[in-house]
Amino acid sequence: MAKGTLYNKVWDAHAVAQLPTGQTQLFIGLHLIHEVTSPQAFDMLRERGQSVAYPDRTFATMDHIVPTTTRARPFADAQAEQMMQAIERNAKEFKVNFFNFETGRQGVVHIIGPELGLTQPGMTIACGDSHTSTHGAFGSLAFGIGTSQVRDVLATQCLAMDPMKVRRIEVEGPLNPGVTPKDVILYIINRLGVKGGIGYAYEYAGSVFDSMTMEGRMTVCNMSIEGGARAGYVNPDQTTFAYLKGREHSPAGPAWDKAVQVWSSFASDKGAVYDDVVRFRAADIEPMVTWGVTPAQSVAVGQPLPDPAAVADAGERGSIETAYRHMKLKPGQTLGEVKVDVAFIGSCTNGRIEDLRAAAAVAKGRRVDSRVKAFVVPGSMQVKVQAEKEGLHEVFKAAGFEWREAGCSMCLAMNPDQLVGDQISASSSNRNFIGRQGSSTGRTLLMSPAMVAAAAISGHVADVRTLA
Amino acid sequence: MSKVTSVTGSAVPVRGDDIDTDRIIPARYLKEITFSRMGDYPFFDERFNADGSKKPHPFNEERFQGATILLGNVNFGCGSSREHAPQALARWDNPKQPGIKAVVAESFAEIFAGNCVMLGIPAVTASKDEVAALMALAEQDPKTSFTLDLQSMTLTAGGKSVKVALPDSRRKALMEGTWDSTGLLQANADKVAALAKGLAYVSGYK
Repeated sequence: MAKGTLYNKVWDAHAVAQLPTGQTQLFIGLHLIHEVTSPQAFDMLRERGQSVAYPDRTFATMDHIVPTTTRARPFADAQAEQMMQAIERNAKEFKVNFFNFETGRQGVVHIIGPELGLTQPGMTIACGDSHTSTHGAFGSLAFGIGTSQVRDVLATQCLAMDPMKVRRIEVEGPLNPGVTPKDVILYIINRLGVKGGIGYAYEYAGSVFDSMTMEGRMTVCNMSIEGGARAGYVNPDQTTFAYLKGREHSPAGPAWDKAVQVWSSFASDKGAVYDDVVRFRAADIEPMVTWGVTPAQSVAVGQPLPDPAAVADAGERGSIETAYRHMKLKPGQTLGEVKVDVAFIGSCTNGRIEDLRAAAAVAKGRRVDSRVKAFVVPGSMQVKVQAEKEGLHEVFKAAGFEWREAGCSMCLAMNPDQLVGDQISASSSNRNFIGRQGSSTGRTLLMSPAMVAAAAISGHVADVRTLA
Repeated sequence: MSKVTSVTGSAVPVRGDDIDTDRIIPARYLKEITFSRMGDYPFFDERFNADGSKKPHPFNEERFQGATILLGNVNFGCGSSREHAPQALARWDNPKQPGIKAVVAESFAEIFAGNCVMLGIPAVTASKDEVAALMALAEQDPKTSFTLDLQSMTLTAGGKSVKVALPDSRRKALMEGTWDSTGLLQANADKVAALAKGLAYVSGYK
């Protein structure tokens, strides 16, 4: 059992009681909600005549279903409009904080929590969304929950939880040029598998994460769930504190120094005990691209696709065969031959300012291939404003990318941004599941934002390091 | 809240590792503000072509209609945290269909398994070989009655009994009828208030 880790410290600080079931009643410091997984929870409160126990600890926004081409209301999609009205009504009636379009702070829930300084080290954070693991980048214990659990947090600010194990994942050494945080996490998932993290919180450590920006750490922690780990975190350090300083909800004045002291105390002890430790060499990581239908089915760009016959486990072999059938690809092929129809830059994984800068650096002075539909969706209204201040939108537009409004967009295609038929997308999002991007026969290749830009320009998967 | 101590019924095997919740219910069906119609959608894109015609899928097969126990393989329910997935299974709807009341698999994604228990659905694991044998049994004779007994932690079918596993806390919550945890959590409201008061971020780091 893990001891002295950040996970242990945060857990212990938030343990209210042991429940009769043996589970721990865990206090949730920050509850984020969005329009898709909360309306049923509010209905349950209404049915039971309950109120929100700690309304000032719940923050709502809309991200999943919002169109990215227009903000005009009512939305063209009547169902989306109904979801919007539900969250507007619920936020008002239950008096929870609400970042709608008018506040200028709307965005993907996992982008706005950090950028507003709501996400802080040493907190417990829950949201009805599996990518809540993103917030672990700040040294918080953050995880996704279902709607009945959203109800529990609303009604009690607590969850009934079983403890997790902790696996420390160390990546040491300098990263190769052109290798981004997205490549690091895709590599880790490739090595440990999509189910390797079940029951674990992942602690990311070593020089690669020490020297990584907060945006990069968020990308890594975001995809912990794709490796089966419900939570992932990086210990808080000066990079964390520098990011938080001066943010809207960050402590200020004398409270700042106290906060830094408190935050630092949550970092894992030097002699912490882990349930498992794995180590990787940064030098082994190259730009990664998924070719299959799970985020672990990936290769270093340029490498041939794997031979299912070489996989001993029948279940895993079945997964790979399913992937080849769906993707219409063949073992031994290299992805450079694969033409892309759509290029999507955005999502809670890679919709932050640094991601847009990286993609714009590739797009600058180049043109999107004429047969590719390419679009950029900033992760939040604030990211959009910042990008426009830096002129990134002009770079994208000049290159032939569409420049959109903030939202989840084609990560899960609950809005009008969807693949058609068996189109192939190069996507900076997090899931290549069958049907994920809005068409049951659609195909998704996950990669870093810079690699998506390179694919958009080349018209096929391309190595950003050797782009002409 | 009802106590869940056993589930008896026929079983439907859904083969394959890493069946994610997008496959269990595509995101476009999440655009509804209640769960009431979720029973129309389980495995929708795997069951129906765009023109509405049926694809081969166990949920479409006449012989598996009425099944209450779903048999799965490895990492069942991975991906999105959407509770719509177990809701869709539990409400799986046709005139003969009572819905899925238990899921047996080699392993589960953590959030999916947690969501199941919140709905009073046991999500229990069995070994690879045993799941394979159970699936074969359900396919050979779909009328076979399976009984999942949480007291003895066994799944019995066709005269054979196999051991199943479920974390103790979840087993207890189901058997004692406290799987809807709100009540348990509310009982400690005073302790919650006391703990919150002591948290540095709640008091503004003063």
